[in-house]
Amino acid sequence: MYQLLFFVFAGAAVGFAINLLLQRHPIHSALSLIGVMASLASLYLMLGAEFIAAAQIIVYAGAIMVLFVFVIMLLNAGEEERTQRSRFAKYLGLPLILLLVTSMAAVIYRQVPQDAMVRFGDFPGRTADIGRRLFLNYLLPFEVVSIVILVAIIGTVVLARKDSETEGPGKAVVSEK
Amino acid sequence: MPAEYIPIVIFLVLATLFPVVTLLAAKLVRPSSPYAAKLRPYECGIEPESDSRGRYTVRFYIIAILFVIFDVETIFLFPWAVQFKTLGVFGLIEMLIFLGILVVAYIWVYAKGALEWV
Amino acid sequence: MSPLMVLFALAKIVVILLVLLTVVAYAVWFERKLLAHMQCRWGPTRVGPHGLLQPLADAIKLLTKEDLTPSEVFPLVYLLAPFLSLVTALLAFAVIPFGPETRVGGMDLFQIADLDIGVLFILSVSSMGVYGIALAGWSSNSKYSLLGGLRSSAQMISYELAIGLSIIGVLLLTGSLSLRAIVENQAGAYWGFLPRWNIIPQFAGFVCFLVAAIAETNRLPFDLPEAETELVAGYHTEYSSMKFGMFFMAEYANMVTASCLATLLFFGGWHGPVFGPAILQALLPLLWFSLKVLFFLFLYVWIRATLPRFRYDQLMAFGWKFLVPLALGNLVVTSLVLAIRWS
Repeated sequence: MYQLLFFVFAGAAVGFAINLLLQRHPIHSALSLIGVMASLASLYLMLGAEFIAAAQIIVYAGAIMVLFVFVIMLLNAGEEERTQRSRFAKYLGLPLILLLVTSMAAVIYRQVPQDAMVRFGDFPGRTADIGRRLFLNYLLPFEVVSIVILVAIIGTVVLARKDSETEGPGKAVVSEK
Repeated sequence: MPAEYIPIVIFLVLATLFPVVTLLAAKLVRPSSPYAAKLRPYECGIEPESDSRGRYTVRFYIIAILFVIFDVETIFLFPWAVQFKTLGVFGLIEMLIFLGILVVAYIWVYAKGALEWV
Repeated sequence: MSPLMVLFALAKIVVILLVLLTVVAYAVWFERKLLAHMQCRWGPTRVGPHGLLQPLADAIKLLTKEDLTPSEVFPLVYLLAPFLSLVTALLAFAVIPFGPETRVGGMDLFQIADLDIGVLFILSVSSMGVYGIALAGWSSNSKYSLLGGLRSSAQMISYELAIGLSIIGVLLLTGSLSLRAIVENQAGAYWGFLPRWNIIPQFAGFVCFLVAAIAETNRLPFDLPEAETELVAGYHTEYSSMKFGMFFMAEYANMVTASCLATLLFFGGWHGPVFGPAILQALLPLLWFSLKVLFFLFLYVWIRATLPRFRYDQLMAFGWKFLVPLALGNLVVTSLVLAIRWS
């Protein structure tokens, strides 16, 4: 049962990811990416990591993807233009990807000890466990996060300041095309 | 997947089926006689001047970035709030440092005028 | 989970879904009637006694209207948007407990699923609801829709933040994200007569939550996305027939969810005086819960009838400069008070 569900969601994630690359219009790619995030959240849920799954939906599918969709809505990003594919990419692209994937798989396979398998449903991912681990074992990374967020906020303000200089107050919401 | 999610999946399926069935049922009874003028986007009765998908103000984008940033901050508050009793004063001080840095950032954003709409 | 239990769950879900859809349909009647009386009008009177069959007539009308798909829309996205809106609005109900734990055959009667992350589940579902509105606005290829969709999604994400922050205070008091645990924590009374509802220690959090919930559901005075005088009908200008009906149902379902959430988090859920024979004792909690939810629905209409609409820059300033700091302050004060009390 769990194996079956795992392959359903993993297959959905990979399928959405491939669809993301194939779609020509950015909105369809963005929707596929939301699909990838949702499938990943389902996989986390199957492991028993409920909080991580909810955080995945709220932060990735709910917040970061809103940003993507906003860009598409605001900029009127049109159909993607395809260039004439280079011969190099055409003949070497697929073999190189296969090489990359197999080497990654080999490394991961060697790194993971055989007896320490994660079982479905008994991952210590309840909100309370996360809270205890985050605030006792991983204190420094947590505080560093606030610095990272601070840097991001500074970046936002820089963007906002440039905007107010060029536009000035009182400008209509819809700008001229 | 923990067993308590099975009813949620059933609920999701039923909630999706409801609009599908309604739309299909409506398809059987409703009229359909479209013509070009009827299908034109609404613009108070006149011919639409241009394609509606133009370029709009970047303010919305900045709101979205600020939302992403503060949303990440909020998500850290949830496990802390749940474990508040066990973590005690130590956890409180940790969180106050975390929030302190962000409140400084918030005040700075406020002072710089990034929250002004126009 | 045995097949019998799955069948039982299925029956329960069908009942809850039917009740929910009826409540949503009558919420429209309730609002029209109440609003009319507040404005010295009669409201719907023609269809049935006191217009009680009006929701049915509305449903038939919506079903038999022509469904137009304007030219130059993105067909897939245009179709997906109302689905996303309605399904996410309904899905939030999966974790809402309507009454105390009443187990029949090992299964809880008044709740579909008691999740360890109940509150986060509702937040994550509602964060997906933003896409319904944003995509509807964008895919319609109408200027009104696009502006309405942009405004609405920016408003929803801003106030989602305030909602998340205002709930933290309650979580600090309870120490659990499960909605059932949150309600059970509000049992009993202070000094023997004042109910231990979270609204008393968390009044600032409650005000913040209520305002943000009204904005999140795009209701007056925060209904900028569909401000009729400027944007025709906002993000659903180009939607007709049942697709429009789906947005309409989603809006009212979101209102009901927000009312339920306010009841559960701050108003003690189903707690109230329970007395009399066993059957009455089992049913009274349900009555208290429904009455409290009805009170919040009444509040929605009352506010709509009283307050004029905000301007968009006022709305954004209110959310970012008042509600977010208020919720943050409330959270810090609550945690400090609790730390002093518990140490």
